Amino acid sequence: MHRYANPSRFIRIADTIFPWAGGIMITAFAIGLYLALLKSPADYQQSEMVRIMYIHVPAAWMALFTYAFMALSSAAVLIWKHPIALLSAKAAAPIGASFTVICLATGSLWGKPMWGTWWVWDARLTSVLILLFLYLGYIALINAFDETERGGKAASLLALVGAVNLPIIKYSVDWWNTLHQPASVFRLDGPAIHPDMLWPLIIMAIAFKMFLLTTLVTRIKSELIAARVQNVQRSLHGNLADGRG
Amino acid sequence: MTDSLGLKRTRRQKSQRVYTLLFGLTMLGLATALVLNALEDSIVFFYSPSDLRERSISPEQRIRVGGLVELGSWKKAKSQTVHEFTVTDGKNKITATFNGILPDLFREGQGVIAEGRLKNNRLFIAEEVLAKHDENYMPREVADALKKSGHWNKGSGSRRSSGEPK
Repeated sequence: MHRYANPSRFIRIADTIFPWAGGIMITAFAIGLYLALLKSPADYQQSEMVRIMYIHVPAAWMALFTYAFMALSSAAVLIWKHPIALLSAKAAAPIGASFTVICLATGSLWGKPMWGTWWVWDARLTSVLILLFLYLGYIALINAFDETERGGKAASLLALVGAVNLPIIKYSVDWWNTLHQPASVFRLDGPAIHPDMLWPLIIMAIAFKMFLLTTLVTRIKSELIAARVQNVQRSLHGNLADGRG
Repeated sequence: MTDSLGLKRTRRQKSQRVYTLLFGLTMLGLATALVLNALEDSIVFFYSPSDLRERSISPEQRIRVGGLVELGSWKKAKSQTVHEFTVTDGKNKITATFNGILPDLFREGQGVIAEGRLKNNRLFIAEEVLAKHDENYMPREVADALKKSGHWNKGSGSRRSSGEPK
């Protein structure tokens, strides 16, 4: 576990991952967007409007996935005080928040023509809005303390507590009456989406996942380098002060 | 000697932290489940016609009723904006009237949520109507083929062309 706490080793791993993940991302986006926007058939009920799904659904999945990743990293922070875990959770938060915003915005744009409303306070929509607030709360909290360790601890605790929201989001459409329809892909009796529409969706989901991976390793890497620069500056500063004194 | 003692102590601290976290999260999950269970009535977005039977709702109370628009129940008045349709959940049903523009996805056999007030046990005056779509996605040709071969299940998914109001 702590093998990966070595910054140089992590940067080496990140540099290996980046071109692969980036390459897959670009390919998947090219194929996925072509299939989703041009090739895939229109829905029998929603006609062309169904194409919003290819952005909305992967964004929603990634909003949940990123939060789960952040919560697990936060557990590693609290249990093992793992230094890279805090950096990865911190790096993941703004990405996850962006996915959540994309999910809410596209959902709203989709809701108006289909349901007849931009927004309702049903269990699914409300719990996803809470997810956004959890992300924002985490970002605010981790930056609110002068001591990184205290901020990290408080924010990690928030991330873990907020993880209780993940099953609520997933099952909100089954537990309560909602305007949002139940799950179409991850269901016990198989997907309720025609394969011609499912494949573009899966490829877009891969593209989104690779986007998370590339931005995440880049952000962690830059945090590590920033910490290194800070250390050098501090020691330089110390030497100068010593020299003067 | 002291080193291995120290290592043991940190290891014990670590497993203690794991248990504390697990215990804390379990309690939190339990508390959340209880709260959500207790609040169920206000979390549900709409009542089904059967729910309406079970509870007494006063006419002043603004509520939402949801279900499928019963096949063949959609009637349009001459003014073109006054609609009447029946909301059913398979067991019970209620007639709703609505004066306004229906969402594009409003169809017989499709999900609908109407917000408004009960006039009496039989009639619901809707002030707002939302269309609820189901989790099935497919191309039009596939839907048509399914209908032709008789594999079309439930009342859902009848097209607008076949479900125009009388």
